[in-house]
Amino acid sequence: MTTNRREFLKIAGVSTLSLIAPAIVCPAWAKDKIIPVSNSPEALSPSKALTAKRWAMAIDASKCPADCVDCIAACHATHNVPGFGNPKDEVKWIWQEKFAAAFPNESHAYLRESLQKQQLPVLCNHCANPPCVRVCPTKATFQRHDGIVMMDYHRCIGCRLCMAACPYGARSMNYRDPRPFIARINPDYPTRTKGVVEKCNFCQERLAKGLGPACVVACKEKALVFGDMENPQSEIRLLLEKRFNLLRRASLGTKPQIYYIL
Amino acid sequence: MLEKSLKGSRGYWIWIIFLLIVAAIGFFFYLRQLDYGLGVTGMSRDVSWGLYIAQFTFLVGIAASAVMLVLPYYLHDYKAFGKITVLGEFLAVAAVIMCVLFVFVDLGQPSRVMNVLLHPSPTSILFWDMIVLSGYLLINIFTGWVILTCNRKEVPPPGWVKPLIYLSIPWAISIHTVTAFIYAGLPGRSFWLTAIMAPRFLASAFASGPALLIIFCLILKRYGRFDAGEKAIQALSKIVAYALATSIFFVLVELFTAFYSQIPEQAQHFLYLFTGLEGHTKLVPWMWTSAVLAFAALGMLIIPPIRRNDGWLAVACVFVFVSLWIEKGLGLVVTGFIPSPLETITEYVPTGAEIAITLGVWAIGFMILTILYRIFITVHDEKENP
Ligand code: SF4
Ligand code: SF4
Repeated sequence: MTTNRREFLKIAGVSTLSLIAPAIVCPAWAKDKIIPVSNSPEALSPSKALTAKRWAMAIDASKCPADCVDCIAACHATHNVPGFGNPKDEVKWIWQEKFAAAFPNESHAYLRESLQKQQLPVLCNHCANPPCVRVCPTKATFQRHDGIVMMDYHRCIGCRLCMAACPYGARSMNYRDPRPFIARINPDYPTRTKGVVEKCNFCQERLAKGLGPACVVACKEKALVFGDMENPQSEIRLLLEKRFNLLRRASLGTKPQIYYIL
Repeated sequence: MLEKSLKGSRGYWIWIIFLLIVAAIGFFFYLRQLDYGLGVTGMSRDVSWGLYIAQFTFLVGIAASAVMLVLPYYLHDYKAFGKITVLGEFLAVAAVIMCVLFVFVDLGQPSRVMNVLLHPSPTSILFWDMIVLSGYLLINIFTGWVILTCNRKEVPPPGWVKPLIYLSIPWAISIHTVTAFIYAGLPGRSFWLTAIMAPRFLASAFASGPALLIIFCLILKRYGRFDAGEKAIQALSKIVAYALATSIFFVLVELFTAFYSQIPEQAQHFLYLFTGLEGHTKLVPWMWTSAVLAFAALGMLIIPPIRRNDGWLAVACVFVFVSLWIEKGLGLVVTGFIPSPLETITEYVPTGAEIAITLGVWAIGFMILTILYRIFITVHDEKENP
């Protein structure tokens, strides 16, 4: 369940190519299978891809200047997220919430005022124990070995059970054709069709090319730190070691992997 | 035997044509939904399930309630139900078909529905629900049909249907339990996250299903030249009374836990239902109607002289059906999403298109039911007056 079909095809394709390609003419069917997986040459080189045992993100929202939405804009432009302009059809991968909405159980009236007013970036938590994966009847939502919870837009039947299961409201349904509402289509990432669910994918398509997540790169204040939780020397681990941090709704046992530094 | 459905009075044909028209209107709007997407409905990012899934949930209960006839007749040899078990089984068939249709019209990508079988996911309750529902459909079509055929030929049913009928009893319980588990296992939805969900579903199902059957029996008695028999109807009405009492009790138990513990996550959904939250009160009049009807019906059903009067009994059964339809087919699903996990209150109102599609599915269900009942009555008639 946690294997990624694309990843598998990629590895299979790359190893086949590097081992036997010079000697044997690659059969047409094999090419067909490889090409849609990796249409850029750098994606084919596994050495460049960023890998980890357990991807995670730390967010220090106190660094966020008021009204800054750079991370959101970068993410939504990278991933062809449509702008419908109404909350009913809305699709969003990363957005802002007040502390009280993101941490309903930790919030009370006498919290530091700056914290109460603080807008926190929220996104899919890439839970280590993800209920969305558990409930999906088609495995269109699945978890990779590096912890990324991903969507297969071609398999999803649009039953929205995953939306009911996600305790963070991280998922969006395409209630109508999103394509006319994408400001500028980024050809490096697929657009979606109506009737499927989508959410943040931790920029797996960029990681495969050796690039960090779009939101992390876009943040000038370095408020977002992305890294491997299973590497004790990683930047994210060292940071979390020093600073007090919380997980959203930790009591639910979903083991979210977005750490909020407060 | 199917040709028997073609014989009928003028009223029968008017009713069938009426249902066809309603189904056609629903189909027209479904084509619009296919074209535009589920955006034609009132569902939103926050309230991502609405009328369709709620009808599905309600109708699984109606389907399961056939067991209330099968069990007394086959396990306790309660002879009075002998005449009408087939009616219960046919009701189950029509209800399951409606369930399947409601799940289908709710899909964003219906053309991919086979993915559920191509990529079976045993951790998904929806996957299991599909299995138990299709099994239940097959069992009921099969046993209903075989028994009716045997009735017609006036031979006892073959020995091998018995095990199938016994199997249908736990199977009926399973379909509604599994349906409850779709809701009761979701970590962030405190309204549904309660172990009493499955028992509550079963109790309300065993009230609403038999209530509907009583209504049908009374209609057939009046217009269909078929008398289910006083004893059978009275026994059914007692079943409705007990199940309704249990169902009300289960809801009160939930209310106690929510309000005595005063844990906001527990209480807020019930507050939304019965008082409204921050001025959002769309469901409040409905829920109070449901509560009043439930208590009124309970009163009528437990007082024997009222229960024994056909007219009053019909009224009580309509009350039960409407009350429980509001509770399950309107309140239960939507309220799980209100407020959202981010504490936003987004209300839900179905759109005209959504209501038309919903009515269309109901019409298809009633059409199947009418045809099956027509066959049943004709077979019965031929036997009584050859
Ligand atoms: S945040 Fe929601 S969508 Fe993301 S992994 Fe967790 S449960 Fe799934
Ligand atoms: S909407 Fe798609 S991803 Fe979500 S549970 Fe259904 S099939 Fe899986």
